[in-house]
Amino acid sequence: MDPGRFTQIDAITWRIEPYGAMRVPGIIYADEALIRDMDDKVFEQTANVAMLPGIVKASYAMPDAHWGYGFPIGGVAAFDPDQGGVVSAGGVGFDISCGVRTMLTGLKVGEVMQQQQSLANSLYRQIPAGVGSTGAIALDAAEMEAMLTDGAHWAVARGFGEARDFERIEEGGRMSGAQPEQVSHRARERQREEMGTLGSGNHYLEVQAVAEIFDAEVAKAFGLVADEVVVTIHCGSRGLGHQIGSEFLRDMAVAAPAAGIELPDRELACAPINSELGQGYLGAMRAAINCALANREILGHFARRVFAHFFPDCDLRLLFDVSHNTCKVEPHVVDGARRNLFVHRKGATRAFGPGHGSLPVALRPFGQPVLIGGSMGTGSYILVGTATSEQKAFSSACHGAGRALSRHAAYKQWSGRKIIDDLAARGILIRSPSTRGVAEEAPGAYKDVGAVVAAAEHAGLARRVARLRPLICIKG
Amino acid sequence: MPEPAAHAEDRWEHFPHAADAGVRGIGATLAGAFEQAALALTAVITHAAVEPRVAVEVDCEAPDRELLLVEWLNAIIYEMAVRRMLFGRFAVRIDGGARLSATLWGEPVDVARHAPACEPKGATLTALKVAQGSDGTWSAACVVDV
Repeated sequence: MDPGRFTQIDAITWRIEPYGAMRVPGIIYADEALIRDMDDKVFEQTANVAMLPGIVKASYAMPDAHWGYGFPIGGVAAFDPDQGGVVSAGGVGFDISCGVRTMLTGLKVGEVMQQQQSLANSLYRQIPAGVGSTGAIALDAAEMEAMLTDGAHWAVARGFGEARDFERIEEGGRMSGAQPEQVSHRARERQREEMGTLGSGNHYLEVQAVAEIFDAEVAKAFGLVADEVVVTIHCGSRGLGHQIGSEFLRDMAVAAPAAGIELPDRELACAPINSELGQGYLGAMRAAINCALANREILGHFARRVFAHFFPDCDLRLLFDVSHNTCKVEPHVVDGARRNLFVHRKGATRAFGPGHGSLPVALRPFGQPVLIGGSMGTGSYILVGTATSEQKAFSSACHGAGRALSRHAAYKQWSGRKIIDDLAARGILIRSPSTRGVAEEAPGAYKDVGAVVAAAEHAGLARRVARLRPLICIKG
Repeated sequence: MPEPAAHAEDRWEHFPHAADAGVRGIGATLAGAFEQAALALTAVITHAAVEPRVAVEVDCEAPDRELLLVEWLNAIIYEMAVRRMLFGRFAVRIDGGARLSATLWGEPVDVARHAPACEPKGATLTALKVAQGSDGTWSAACVVDV
């Protein structure tokens, strides 16, 4: 993108002045190099979101923003129901409550590397991943209902997880306000045999080394120790969320004109929060959030089981579990007044600062862990929410590196086999059913995650705590 | 049961999208373009041959042709997901531009042989366009979230 299209506020803040039907400005947080590398579609989509009814303050895009559908991926927007605000299925995305959890192992890198091959093979066998995979858990109608209502609590009650995890999961592991009756038969059918599956595309389970500590005090509070190993899982609500997203996107696109909503892009399909359709979507979406929380709890349990086999004294403790595709009702101070807003984060991570009441006591003085997935060759980051994030972007930060190249371009440019061999030579083991899938997820297809998190820090969205280096990556 | 269209101009292609994949079907008829778009969808997942061992019937409808394309691709994604199958042959019949019935032929996913690269989550309304060109051929395209 041409930086000249923006009003530059400071080195990291770029403002799209309102034009046309924009109700508020657009704000993109990024350094100049990231702005220049962004697709023009990010500008267009950030501006389009600013045209939706009831939007508050601004339409935001995070430093990892790229061309999405309707909303940019990396988009954040808050809507006020009392101002005619809307809820958008496209603003949440198809993979509802896609997110990341990181678990601490307490193991040293050297201990894990002695078992690296066997551990990689065992994780690959035990974690159902990729197209056509099924989980070991089939849900009947009653169990489906319970899962959609109770989230991670359902998983733990069935023996797939640990109760001590709840305080380390957003919403305490159970999203309130879920309405399973809003979840269609087809969505349930898609999920019936998919509990405890990883999925494919950019989803993964990684064994990672804590490679660098940026903030010793917060790292200590988070339990992050240099040269120790953590396990990170990235996945979401699987087929159930995808089906809910597809169905409500269609229904909202069809109903928008009758609701008096002019859509600059059909993909921005939305419904007034205070409408039957809007409330129906929120109820179904919250049920899908519970599905994602349950799914990551089960996958965490599978990882614990494998680690217990290789390291009998190992105790995998959950650092945090946070989603990056959601719409959440949150109180925020706007123009001096506290308002309950519906905050959409599409490829953006909630990043509550120190003192936030929702955080567990041990983390509250420091802020929320913000888990940033990188690519399989480069690494990931753990950030912490800052006090300034609320005012900057409704307590939000980036969620990953963001793609630099399309899947198509990546497949043309790289050989999956060669990537696997090159990474193995660097001590990183990849296990995947598809070499083409590995090529499409090539490290070079992603932006420099280091530049993205540095921009997030400079913008005051979140602060770097630690960098993680991959040792084993299980891809679907 | 409808039969697959067989016209020389029928073809499919992918077009790039930053995170996902664009599918475009081109056909002598609207139904042919929808069949080709379905082949493009399967090619997002695998480049291996998909044997037509099992036939599945689907029906869908929508208020307009563009939303019908989204419904059609989502119907295939649904059948792939719940049956754990891939489909490699499609026969589509469209009535009045807003109702579609089709037969999909395919086989259960064979991970070793198909080496599926990714799993489509849903068809989006992004870059969604169904149109007839000046030469009479139909084009049907959208981005699929993977």
